[in-house]
Amino acid sequence: MAMSIWEYANPKKFMETSSIALPWAAGGALLCLIVGLVWGFFFTPDDYKQGSTVKIIYLHVPSALMAINAWLMMLAASLIWLVRRHHVSALAAKAAGPVGLTFTLVALVTGAVWGQPMWGTWWAWDPRLTSFLILALFYLGYIALWQAVENPDTAADLTSVLCIVGSVFAVLSRYAVNFWNQGLHQGASLSLDKEENVADVFYFPLLVCIGGFVLLFLTLVLLRTRTEIRVRRVQALLARERMA
Amino acid sequence: MIALLLRDLRLALRAGGGFGLGLAFFLLVAVLVPLGVGPEPATLAKIAPGILWVGALLACLLSLDRIFALDHEDGSLDLLATAPIPLEGVVAVKACAHWIVTGLPLTLVSPLLGLLMNLPAEGYPLLLASLAIGTPALSVIGTFGAALTVGLKRGGLLLSLLVLPLYVPTLVFGAEAVRRGALGMDVATPFLLLGGITAGVAALLPFASAAAVRINLR
Repeated sequence: MAMSIWEYANPKKFMETSSIALPWAAGGALLCLIVGLVWGFFFTPDDYKQGSTVKIIYLHVPSALMAINAWLMMLAASLIWLVRRHHVSALAAKAAGPVGLTFTLVALVTGAVWGQPMWGTWWAWDPRLTSFLILALFYLGYIALWQAVENPDTAADLTSVLCIVGSVFAVLSRYAVNFWNQGLHQGASLSLDKEENVADVFYFPLLVCIGGFVLLFLTLVLLRTRTEIRVRRVQALLARERMA
Repeated sequence: MIALLLRDLRLALRAGGGFGLGLAFFLLVAVLVPLGVGPEPATLAKIAPGILWVGALLACLLSLDRIFALDHEDGSLDLLATAPIPLEGVVAVKACAHWIVTGLPLTLVSPLLGLLMNLPAEGYPLLLASLAIGTPALSVIGTFGAALTVGLKRGGLLLSLLVLPLYVPTLVFGAEAVRRGALGMDVATPFLLLGGITAGVAALLPFASAAAVRINLR
């Protein structure tokens, strides 16, 4: 039989595969983050205008990137749950929520720390900053809804619907605040259009850090999904005990 | 569906309190803000559009949990779900009824509160128009939030947490339209965007709300 990606929707198969993948992802994340951060912090020159504060870019950009991608992953997992009813998918979306929220907060805090010396303020109602704050609120609502609903299947359904509707509104809000205030924040620094990018000497360690953050996200989500699956199993066992 | 609309309106009007509460809250906001900020007319005029929009939004939020909660408690929501009209229609009608008892009165009293907030004269028609266009969106989005939390015992706080981020685009465009108008700038763009949001959510969100109600009734 041809291999299908849906085989991993089987919790047993998922547990087997993820137990192999987890150490590799964790090791890779550790390696990339050590190499990227050490390279970035100690072996790149200071910026001629920003001095050494520029180095917070190695935490700020990857976490901001992953904060958005975590939501996209939740959206994909929610759609898969609604269409194909694979429990692993719903649990992976649940697992990604707090991780995404943490990345959002890291991006906000490192941004504030960077903004203080550069812009002279911790916080400005800039479109990017504002939309990240709103993204954090979306994450909070999503996590709170998971917590509030007792029946796991109902919770999975409701959060999936919320995630889809929230995605539309998150994009709307992003462009609404653009319209509302002009920002201090610079434009894209990693677009495919080379002209706009940061200089290569900052670019390559940044790529390594981004790789590290992607692997870190993968590690945390796999770990949390495995925990959720185990929680489900324990609950199923307890329920069977009570029946007997 | 018209019968359902009339029934919801009658219930809202006769239940006592629920109907006037939002309005009273809106009035209180307009009274408290000058007390807190200070009575300088220039300051008040500057923040008036934003405060009035935020006040309308919060007043709307107050009554959201009533949309489904009572019907859920006495079981009439189950009957509505099995009724021959589609649940999407029921949800849209309920949003409409919510707008008539909260959004519409808020819009109508807003010029009075604009007076309290020292809104510039050019702002009044725009305030009325932006609230008239924007508050239906608040009701429709709120109905979605209420549908998500209908089965929960203490859903009130969660409902606010879920709904407020969804209100951001409506608030931004609504308040921006009034602010620009008060400054004598062009207002077509925010108005068109506000209208677009209202039309878009009115067309699409009832499907999501109905899905959420079905999940909760399962």
